[in-house]
Amino acid sequence: MAVVVAVALLSAAALGYEILLIRLFSIILWHHFAFMIISLALLGVGASGTFLVFARRWLEPRFHRAFAGFAAAFGISAVACFALARRVPFNPLEVVWDLGQQAALLQIYLLLALPFFCAATCVGLALSRFRERIGAIYRADLMGAGAGASLVLLALFVLAPEDYLRALGGLGLAAAAVIAFAGPGPRWPAGLLAALALAVPFAWPADWIAPQPSPYKGLSLALHVPQARVIAERSSPLGLLSVVESPAVPFRHAPGLSLTAKAGPPPQLGVFTDGDGLTVITRFDGTFAKLAYLDQQTAALPFHLLRRPRTLILGAGGGADVLRALYHAARQVDAVEINPQMADLVRRDGGGFAGRLFRTPGVRLHIREARSFVEATGQRWDLIHVGLLDSFTASAAGVLALKESALYTVEAFEAYLARLEPGGILAITRWLRVPPRDSLKLFATAIAALEGLGVAAPGERLALIRSWNTATLMVKNGPLTAENIAAIRRFAEARSFDVSYYPGMAPEEANRFNRWREPFLYDGTAALLGPGRERFLEDYKFHIAPATDDRPYFFRFFKWRLLPEVLAIRGRAAMTLLEGGYLIVAATLAQAAIVSVLLIVLPLAWMGRGEGAAPGAPGRGRVMVYFLALGLAFLFVEIAFIQRFVLFLGHPLYAISVVLAAFLVFAGLGSGYSARLAEHRAAARIGPISLAVAGIIVFAGVYLAVLPVLFGWLMAESDPVKILVSVVLIAPLAFFMGMPFPLGLRRIADQAPRLVPWAWGVNGCASVLSAVLASLLATHVGFAVVVALAMGLYGIAALAFAR
Amino acid sequence: MVTSGFAKWARVGAVALLPVLEVAPAAAGDTAPLPRADGYAAPRQEMVRVIEAIAGYAPLSPGRRALSPDVLDVMAEVPRHAFVPEALRDRAYDDRPLPIGYGQTISQPYIVALMTDLLEVDGDDVVLEIGTGSGYQAAVLAPLVKHVYTIEIVPPLADRAKGRLAAAGYANVTTRTGDGYYGWPAHAPFDGIVVTAASSHIPPPLVAQLRPGARMVIPVGAPFLVQHLVLVEKDLDGKVTTRLMLPVAFVPLTGGH
Repeated sequence: MAVVVAVALLSAAALGYEILLIRLFSIILWHHFAFMIISLALLGVGASGTFLVFARRWLEPRFHRAFAGFAAAFGISAVACFALARRVPFNPLEVVWDLGQQAALLQIYLLLALPFFCAATCVGLALSRFRERIGAIYRADLMGAGAGASLVLLALFVLAPEDYLRALGGLGLAAAAVIAFAGPGPRWPAGLLAALALAVPFAWPADWIAPQPSPYKGLSLALHVPQARVIAERSSPLGLLSVVESPAVPFRHAPGLSLTAKAGPPPQLGVFTDGDGLTVITRFDGTFAKLAYLDQQTAALPFHLLRRPRTLILGAGGGADVLRALYHAARQVDAVEINPQMADLVRRDGGGFAGRLFRTPGVRLHIREARSFVEATGQRWDLIHVGLLDSFTASAAGVLALKESALYTVEAFEAYLARLEPGGILAITRWLRVPPRDSLKLFATAIAALEGLGVAAPGERLALIRSWNTATLMVKNGPLTAENIAAIRRFAEARSFDVSYYPGMAPEEANRFNRWREPFLYDGTAALLGPGRERFLEDYKFHIAPATDDRPYFFRFFKWRLLPEVLAIRGRAAMTLLEGGYLIVAATLAQAAIVSVLLIVLPLAWMGRGEGAAPGAPGRGRVMVYFLALGLAFLFVEIAFIQRFVLFLGHPLYAISVVLAAFLVFAGLGSGYSARLAEHRAAARIGPISLAVAGIIVFAGVYLAVLPVLFGWLMAESDPVKILVSVVLIAPLAFFMGMPFPLGLRRIADQAPRLVPWAWGVNGCASVLSAVLASLLATHVGFAVVVALAMGLYGIAALAFAR
Repeated sequence: MVTSGFAKWARVGAVALLPVLEVAPAAAGDTAPLPRADGYAAPRQEMVRVIEAIAGYAPLSPGRRALSPDVLDVMAEVPRHAFVPEALRDRAYDDRPLPIGYGQTISQPYIVALMTDLLEVDGDDVVLEIGTGSGYQAAVLAPLVKHVYTIEIVPPLADRAKGRLAAAGYANVTTRTGDGYYGWPAHAPFDGIVVTAASSHIPPPLVAQLRPGARMVIPVGAPFLVQHLVLVEKDLDGKVTTRLMLPVAFVPLTGGH
């Protein structure tokens, strides 16, 4: 019993730690570096298996002391290793210039791998020591992890990330106390550990563990300005929001302001998310004349085609787009913002500043994820505007390359267009890059969406304009009229913006004010609308084919073909053409694969061939294939379905916590049931593993086909209904997915017990590879294929252990 | 050769107290140019060779096939190592950006040369720089123009750059600590403007302070990663246009489209 409790506590702490580290490193660096660092640190789990192959014999007789020791080590190292890792001077922006950065990165991996190693050693040791209770221990592992995942997401609403880190350290010590209490020998160590569990969380000095954003992030830069200071801060799993006031040198955020503009914006407060991604709260005292700059940006174009439009703003942020709509006398403004704390900041702290923007008559604020708001609503608008909320730095450095976005897919565009009144306009503004990427991909996406809706001549409904650093795409619900086109040309001409496309545009009109060597955008849009579209998408050196819900990676522009060309001219300032983000993830996979091979192969030399194995026991090759396949497949399915359910449930946080918790809890129940299944099926022709795998393949296959339709029907249902449906759907799939691991482990525990820790390590390594591989694969082939691959892997596993 | 300790501290104090106070360059008598026999002549020559080689492939101004020899001569003269943190001096002449603290960098030498070249300045010109940073760009411009006015927002960086520029003997550079958004109206119009501080838009006051026929250069990208350059041109009628340029020869399409 104590073992089960201790394993559950430790698993809850370790999974919470994993999520927490992503949060902390998102504040310090950028999200995908966080993803990479944590992925590699998780190889500590694989290393624990390797370690146990060697140390099992010595540790098993001292199980309670060993478990308590490693659990306590987790409790201490979880905090201490983070404190050390945050001091390592790693600068991802410098990676292309300085290979020495790799050494810094390695230090961070190694430091953060230690706590995972300690926690996993405890669980691996428990599985190896209590072979007859593998199902129950694995159940505790999964259910503890499920609880830990939910807990961390809830806790991050009330606790700063670094404070929850303290608590997790305490949880590790508590697990140590529980196991020490149950062990033989004196009770005082248990008492001491319990006291430490309560005391140590408060003992860590605050400045050891506070996450410091990289000096190159917008927040850090802003705070170097004299008199600038953070006047408010909010923290949640959606991010750390910092409001900065800079009275001496105010923020003046006005992307793409016309060169002919006479004045910039009035004073603004800056709001940074995780130290970057600036959005501003603009001072508004009710005098619209001071907001003239809002009409001098490319995003103002649709207001020159529509009279007092009912407007939907997707991504309200600090409210600049809402102000723009009010400036243009919009009859009604619906503003959708995902982060309640962001809206709260505008309402409260910025209230005096922003003139109670969200309480202006005609303005309604909706706290929802934008895509699901659109999917669920029955309303229609004259104008739907998708705002520009990511920072240029993030965009330019490619740090979003593997960030999923449900806002910029073909299906999303179809949904937006379906919510437009006849003659209404969808407008999207993005940073302009050289050579063009985002703008062309938006254009291609709009064409695909219009074609998907059965529009025969998409080109009649599209217009694209640009300044020197932003581009705005317009998609009209209906053909653009001569009057519309005249308005577009007038608007652009007066502000020195370039028109890059409108129906019937003459080539000499392109590339006049903000000139490229060639009219890339004009040529690009022409190619995308013409018969040579596929060829153009193929030949263009960046990936600009539209993103879909199955491959929701709008921000990935990298093509492998680009790499040799850039490397060939690398001495010539060419490295910045590469998307750092994508390559970093690819590098992560390569590094993880190398380390995994070492961790898996190393113990083989130590383990005598077949020594102590029962006749008919699976050999090492089959054991490796089985646990490798399971480790890969489990996370493939989990990650792919999380992505599907996020879209359905709308809010990524609720979705991730509901889906993750449901997966882990029902998999845990499946694991617990597996022992009984094994008894029932002991003599059956179809063994328990085959049965479980068949269950997984059937449910995953059915869901793959049915979920898109089902979710379409249920999109407009209330949240509780959707959550219930999600849990009910996940339950049977996860239940079966929880079985193959304990069933297989139980079998080798009976027949070749020396292989148990090794199998644990193989599975741990495979899980790391799986998470990275799933993201990379999904960017190329989509999530449906990832699920199909998982089904294949489960099949391979079943064959490997078939009798 | 440096101004007395007291004078130096008095200036630092003045800058700290009055962020927008204009500070005159160091007294002329104190600023005889450093002899360039500084032990870095060889790496500096190598750096210029690298810049020249890269520029051979880069898209320069229309009708130009190489960087101006004057710019290259200056690059071969300016002691870049004096503008980087001490710990990074051995890498000062590598063709790469280096950190200088406060989240800022000293730009890649090739980019500095390219930007300087794009300004097309001559000995009578008065140039404004927004974002002094290390002071290196100002030092490169100084021998090519009549005067450089440069503004830095972060006081410690501004102080450091000012000290370096004075120590290296650049008498025709005037530094100021403060907000660059409104330019420097007292010395406008300018024959060239370099904006090295990131901005979401080109400040209208800077456009206004550009003399007809003059150019403004803005590097765009993330720290350490200049993605492209924006060249703002104001023609003789006062009409303003920009040119978006990659610092590298690159065609986004294969197959000779």
